[in-house]
Amino acid sequence: MTMTEKILARASEKSHLEPGENVWVNVDVLMTHDVGGPGTIGIFKKEFGQNARVWDHEKIVIIPDHYIFTSDERANRNVDILRDFCLEQNIKYFYDIKDLSNFKANPDYKGVCHIALAQEGHCRPGEVLLGTDSHTCNAGAFGQFATGIGNTDAGFVMGTGKLLLKAAIVLGPSHFKAVECSDDGFKPSIGKEPADLFGIVPPTLRFVLDGEMPNYLLAKDLILQIIGEITVAGATYKSMEFVGSTVQGLNMEERMTLCNMVVEAGGKNGVVPADEVTFKYLEDKTSENYEPVYSDDNARFIGEYRIDVSKVEPLVAKPHSPDNRALARECKDVKIDRVYIGSCTGGKTEDFLAAAKVFLASGKKVKVPTFLVPATQKVWMDIYSLPVPGSGGKTCSQIFEEAGCDTPTSPSCGACLGGPRDTYARMNEPQANLRIHHKQKFPRQDGP
Amino acid sequence: MAAAAISATPSTVKNSFYACNNHAPFLSSCRPRLSFHHRLSSSPLTLPSLSAPKYSPIHRHCAASASSKVDASIANFHGPCYVLGDNIDTDQIIPAEYLTLVPSKPDEYEKLGSYAFIGLPSAAYSTPFIASGATKTGFPIIIAGANFGCGSSREHAPVALGAAGSRAVIAESYARIFFRNSVATGEIYPVECERVGLWKECTTGDIVTVELGENRLINHTTGKEYKLKPIGDAGPVIEAGGIFAYARKTGVVDLFVSLTDCTLSVENMIWQVKPVWYLLSKKTLGKPLTAFWEQKIHLDILLRYLKHHDNEFAVAEVFS
Repeated sequence: MTMTEKILARASEKSHLEPGENVWVNVDVLMTHDVGGPGTIGIFKKEFGQNARVWDHEKIVIIPDHYIFTSDERANRNVDILRDFCLEQNIKYFYDIKDLSNFKANPDYKGVCHIALAQEGHCRPGEVLLGTDSHTCNAGAFGQFATGIGNTDAGFVMGTGKLLLKAAIVLGPSHFKAVECSDDGFKPSIGKEPADLFGIVPPTLRFVLDGEMPNYLLAKDLILQIIGEITVAGATYKSMEFVGSTVQGLNMEERMTLCNMVVEAGGKNGVVPADEVTFKYLEDKTSENYEPVYSDDNARFIGEYRIDVSKVEPLVAKPHSPDNRALARECKDVKIDRVYIGSCTGGKTEDFLAAAKVFLASGKKVKVPTFLVPATQKVWMDIYSLPVPGSGGKTCSQIFEEAGCDTPTSPSCGACLGGPRDTYARMNEPQANLRIHHKQKFPRQDGP
Repeated sequence: MAAAAISATPSTVKNSFYACNNHAPFLSSCRPRLSFHHRLSSSPLTLPSLSAPKYSPIHRHCAASASSKVDASIANFHGPCYVLGDNIDTDQIIPAEYLTLVPSKPDEYEKLGSYAFIGLPSAAYSTPFIASGATKTGFPIIIAGANFGCGSSREHAPVALGAAGSRAVIAESYARIFFRNSVATGEIYPVECERVGLWKECTTGDIVTVELGENRLINHTTGKEYKLKPIGDAGPVIEAGGIFAYARKTGVVDLFVSLTDCTLSVENMIWQVKPVWYLLSKKTLGKPLTAFWEQKIHLDILLRYLKHHDNEFAVAEVFS
């Protein structure tokens, strides 16, 4: 079995799974935020009862991050809804924010959910993590099954702790047999129709990346290379597994960048096998036991791509699609109006370190407004404290200031998603915006 | 459905304890129709078939027969179609700034509908999906190319389309999360067409009929007919109104609801207006069950507990 198959088999208490099989999966962590949370909570209460209790108050992680530093009343109300629910349900992990004028005055507040999940030790090898956000696949970097779901599915998980990997057929008392008797499962329905593919155990596309990583490349270039190759629907209903010597040499944040953008290729989830790098990262973040799984040597993959990393060049995704891949050098004459560094894909410490090195090497000032949005409080602190290699002890923040960038702002999703009109760095009129390390599409006419 | 290990019908219910010590003071204050059932058998544990008429599970929606075949008489849609190309993403369906609207709140649900497709570039799509000043769409059917609904996991996307009044999307292919959200919410039928490039042969405003039972799309304006891929298992789920409604039809979610609600006090359980399972321990008869239920019982924990304590427990069902 592949890694993904093994994780799902174990989570559904079955010894073996085939791609296309229907399963009922135990969930280890459910994450939601201020955009998906209120709707999920509404559904949970409507379907399970106003006084219902969540399945496990320690397995739900609620992270306000999307529309935070805004005066939009509904956005602020949505954080209040999360807080009320967390109090009512005694949710252990709620990274609350109350003082919007000063993010540092909120000791619990973290910032961007996917990075917070990693930094707070909620991502663990072999587990199943679901979130009401498409970039939940980010956590696959830890060798776990992580994918995005909608409010309704999340509401169901909230009440039961399980995800239906196929709603129509599995519902019924036969489900309980699966819980009690490991041999009795569901009748696998391996159909070819799209409706039959609804929520299956995904077959895996394997990406083998080898070669020494040149110093002008980042993981973002690698994943843009891949998405450009297979297109935005190339991994639909599939799992993407990233292996090879290059991947082994990436740190956790770079691995997250790879997995984060799996959804941009239509993928269900991405995985990187856990190794010493993973274990070291987790050492000071979690004391939970975990058990990594690995693809069998004879596991069946639905496709395999080999990439010689030494041949990859810096890339960009041109408007308006992540698969509209182009060589950065071919776009050097494109006039840019502004630059935005941030988001779960591109606002991590590693990303800012990389940007700082570029500014350092150039020694010049920026010609256009340059917005910096650290993903989390920890990233913000790193920007202000970590010395940048080769700079003689300067921090990223100093280098950014010298280069004339905007002051790094409060950590959140910021303008990545657009958000309310008063969101920092939101484009409220058409412009050419270069989003460094950014996952989303370029702005359209009505931007951002 | 599994054979019932516990069987009871309202008519055979007796107001007596079965194989228990005949004393349960806290139950004597219960409402009269309290009933007890057979002890659970020790052979593989199965739960009773809740969808059988025996328990008359409470439906929150009108109960329709839980057949797996889409009822052709209700699954026909007719009217003007709205035509889109490939890779229509969730930002175009419902831009992010509207995601502060919470779909489970009725007034905000309606508002979401009024913003459906407001993110489409007007240069490419000169006919608005929703006419200026209106809150509902005049287009019950959407026709699109490949990878419809790509981008974000926001459930607001299929919700907005459904709230706006659309009934079905006919597309070449779907992004995974959008497809799943459409089925889970029951808001809109995500139907696949056989023909690549179908959208190029249709124009916004063409009058079409979608016959789900026949897997057919008819464009009356052009006179052309197209084959659709069967909606399959997703059909009955959407027809029921989404996964929760479908689950209730087949009896599963009632049980979850019951058990979850059972974390409340015994008194509250008695007053539930739906069938509720709870445990009576022979050894602890007379003691309030609240202590047990406050341990946030999860279904499979309950099942395992029952299996191991088979000789100690009887299971009771309470009707309102």
